[in-house]
Amino acid sequence: MSEGKNSKMKKVALFLPFLVFALLAGVFFSQLGKDTQYMPSALIGKTLPDFSLVSLETNEVMNKKDLGEQGFLINFWGTWCPACSFEHDYLMKLASEGIDIVGIDYKDETTAAIKWLDEKGDPYSVVLLDELGNFGIDMGVTGAPETFVVNAEGIVTYRHQGIVNEQVWQEMKGYLK
Amino acid sequence: MHPVRKKRLVTISAILVIIGAAVGLMLYALQQNINLFYSPSQVAEGEAPNNVMLRVGGMVVDGSVKRDPKSLAVQFQVTDFAHKVTIEYKGILPDLFREGQGIVAQGKLNQDKVLIAQEVLAKHDEKYMPPEITEALENAKKKED
Amino acid sequence: MLPEIGHFALILSLFFALALSFVPILGYIKKHKVLMAYSTPLTHVTSLLVLFSFIILSYSFAVDDFSVLYVSQHSNSLLPFVFKLSAVWGGHEGSLLLWVLILCGWSSAVAYKGKTLPEDIRALVLATLGIVTTGFLAFLLFTSSPFVRLLPDMPAEGADLNPLLQDVGLIIHPPMLYMGYVGFSVAFAFAIAALISGNLNSSWARWARPWTSVSWAFLTLGIGLGSWWAYYELGWGGWWFWDPVENASFMPWLAGTALIHSLAVTEKRGVFKSWTVLLAIFTFSLSLLGTFLVRSGVLTSVHAFAADPTRGVFILVLLFLFVGGSLLLYAMRAADVKSDVSFGITGREAGLLINNIVLVTLTLTVLLGTLFPLLFDALDMGKVSVGAPYFNSVFSPIALVLMLVMAIGPLLKWNRTKLDILIKQLIFPCILACVLTGITLIWQKFEWITLVSLFVAYWVLLLTLIDWASKLGNVGSSWWQRAKKLPRNYYGMLIAHLGMAVSLIGILFVSVQSQEEMVRMAPNDSVTLSGYEFVFNGVSQVQGPNYVADRANISIFKDGQQVASLAPEKRVYQARTQMMTEASIDAGLFRDLYLSLGEQLEGDTWGLRVHVKPFVRWIWLGGILMMIGGFLSAMDKRYRKVAGATI
Repeated sequence: MSEGKNSKMKKVALFLPFLVFALLAGVFFSQLGKDTQYMPSALIGKTLPDFSLVSLETNEVMNKKDLGEQGFLINFWGTWCPACSFEHDYLMKLASEGIDIVGIDYKDETTAAIKWLDEKGDPYSVVLLDELGNFGIDMGVTGAPETFVVNAEGIVTYRHQGIVNEQVWQEMKGYLK
Repeated sequence: MHPVRKKRLVTISAILVIIGAAVGLMLYALQQNINLFYSPSQVAEGEAPNNVMLRVGGMVVDGSVKRDPKSLAVQFQVTDFAHKVTIEYKGILPDLFREGQGIVAQGKLNQDKVLIAQEVLAKHDEKYMPPEITEALENAKKKED
Repeated sequence: MLPEIGHFALILSLFFALALSFVPILGYIKKHKVLMAYSTPLTHVTSLLVLFSFIILSYSFAVDDFSVLYVSQHSNSLLPFVFKLSAVWGGHEGSLLLWVLILCGWSSAVAYKGKTLPEDIRALVLATLGIVTTGFLAFLLFTSSPFVRLLPDMPAEGADLNPLLQDVGLIIHPPMLYMGYVGFSVAFAFAIAALISGNLNSSWARWARPWTSVSWAFLTLGIGLGSWWAYYELGWGGWWFWDPVENASFMPWLAGTALIHSLAVTEKRGVFKSWTVLLAIFTFSLSLLGTFLVRSGVLTSVHAFAADPTRGVFILVLLFLFVGGSLLLYAMRAADVKSDVSFGITGREAGLLINNIVLVTLTLTVLLGTLFPLLFDALDMGKVSVGAPYFNSVFSPIALVLMLVMAIGPLLKWNRTKLDILIKQLIFPCILACVLTGITLIWQKFEWITLVSLFVAYWVLLLTLIDWASKLGNVGSSWWQRAKKLPRNYYGMLIAHLGMAVSLIGILFVSVQSQEEMVRMAPNDSVTLSGYEFVFNGVSQVQGPNYVADRANISIFKDGQQVASLAPEKRVYQARTQMMTEASIDAGLFRDLYLSLGEQLEGDTWGLRVHVKPFVRWIWLGGILMMIGGFLSAMDKRYRKVAGATI
């Protein structure tokens, strides 16, 4: 082996760590941004499961049949959930436009919930208490806020995880019909 | 041979032998110990082999959890909302195992396509969802559409 | 108002860090002394600002300021005060701030201690650290500011800290871990400075050595704490899971161990120069890779932070700039380095070369196992997970070889060892280790792995002590006087090597002798395991500060005598209605009795997990010894007069 060739080889070899790393970085890049948050719901296209939950306003037990027949939203929220307070203003706006929103106070304390609604206003036609999160399990909720659309036939047509805003609403409102 | 060259040769061959042995060992062990992930649909369609260590994940079907009154044996089903797989496990389930939650079970399929699980993993946080499950659910949904 | 000030301090610190990245380098290029001298004050100002904002964030936690989004997500007014403070690093944003704070701490320490360094080297080292700081500050500010406010609608109550993290071990685990792997940035900065200046003589190795040892000691402590935490908090009784996040901290440790050894050779003998530089880059790159894996959500793990693609991209770009940039620099500069000193194949240099090859192989083993699911998925071959058996079966034999060689290493002489003398030294301990292994095996179930591991543990123990005895010599004053004369550096090595043997014994006995059973128990049921009888006395309800728990009561008897009473719990934390298993442990030097409560099966019948774990404490005891070794060797006298002597 001549000396010249030898040192050339050595120079190429020194670039090896960089090349291996560059390849690896490419792999990482391809794996990034895979949406790990998205979750289809088991309920889409099915009727809303029945429930019996206590109403915050009247203290009475309510069932599915007590809810509206015109199509409505079911919104899971809680005073412990910071994102819910972001969402609240937009829900107020929807309510003022006449949208029927059923609130599920999820894993929360009643007194805190009453205080919250007093201070911020109440966008809900009815608020049901789900202190233990059982209804949340039936609906496959993974956190709050989450919003479901139930159409006039009582079928769950859409599910959104996270905050409802103008953009989400534009997508969502079509499912209400 | 020139002494310097000789020494270099010895050094380099020592390095190669060690690395070669290590790579061989690694590849052999990898071949033995990687567990492929299958969705309930893949299991139902017969893509998953029997008697091979693998993972199956999905949501625990409501009302499917049955316990043996005498032992710690438990049976439940997981679904990707297209197909279901029955899982049998003996032992203590993780804290966050609940109906309607995403879980991953590791074990072997028997002839009846029942997964005999050695390990059941549940998510650790309200906001955390194993990415394999999410993807499997997505794929099952795409097929439905 | 305070959170805004904290945020502002962070923004300001970014500008100072940016200045730190450019001004000294400009000074270096222009050979302008004043510009280079700016490196020290700029480092200190950046650090002070970051420290200031960290204090403000801690204060927001202390006073339950739920108008700060991050506070409201990770704290709760019911949370005990210490956990409120540790909640500062309980989530992504705060722990990243801690990361940056520690990086600044290291930079300031270098600036302070580095007064005696040559001006140009100090400027380059601090500027390199400044570039890293700038990158992470930008990451913090642009994607993950902990000071985002929830105004005007602040929540009345916070979402609470994840119960898994409400634990003493976890208060100190992340800071120690970060102290470790961020600390490797110092060796990295020295390597980069050496490459830029082209001044690759062995002096840079001497400067980098104590920093590397200290970082390594911290990392050892951090990993040990993490393992201890997983052991008692996850309720599975395991102490190491080969989880991607654990691996992320273990890889820099392995590479760092190699680096410590190769720095020693480069410093003392001036060989492996270019390799040591590469290793310094490699070690810090693995620290960065770990940060990327943990925070980008590309890998599934119980410890990973919630994924956010923007963050992933940002940190990948950082990774690419830092690692890619330094490897390119290396490729262009390292060709000029010549190791002019030669060494013999029987010398200590060769021994350390083998040490390095084996350690790097171990690192790559872990790296491959950790990244394999990712590579597999990228090639669209499906989803896989790599199980613990892979790591155990590949890692253990290589690690045993490493320890076998490790014991001989210190006996070797630089350059050339007389083989006949070496063999004479080895024969006696070899026979003794065989005998001891044989004696111990009488009480054990025979397995090859037990035999080999026991032999290796005795081998390391004996050879290390024999080496110590031979270095003491028998000439002159009392042995105590002679013992005090040996350098701290040597004692550091001695203790760390003994620590390895101690950990090996722990690992061995836990893996081959542990007894574990999952049982179904009603009151007054009992189960016997390894000679211990566990009697289940039933379950009662208890109320904790921020949780309610079902607490089981179990009495444990041995030979009819009660030896312990344990109370494992199943807790439900109120703020998140999250369930948690709280194991109960009767700890001992030679065995742990470990109980964790499963679910309520029916009525008063519960599932219970019962473990008897022999020698499990030895694993962490060994870790503590290694840590002490690391600190001791960094405190060696000759590092104090470092620069003056070499320039």
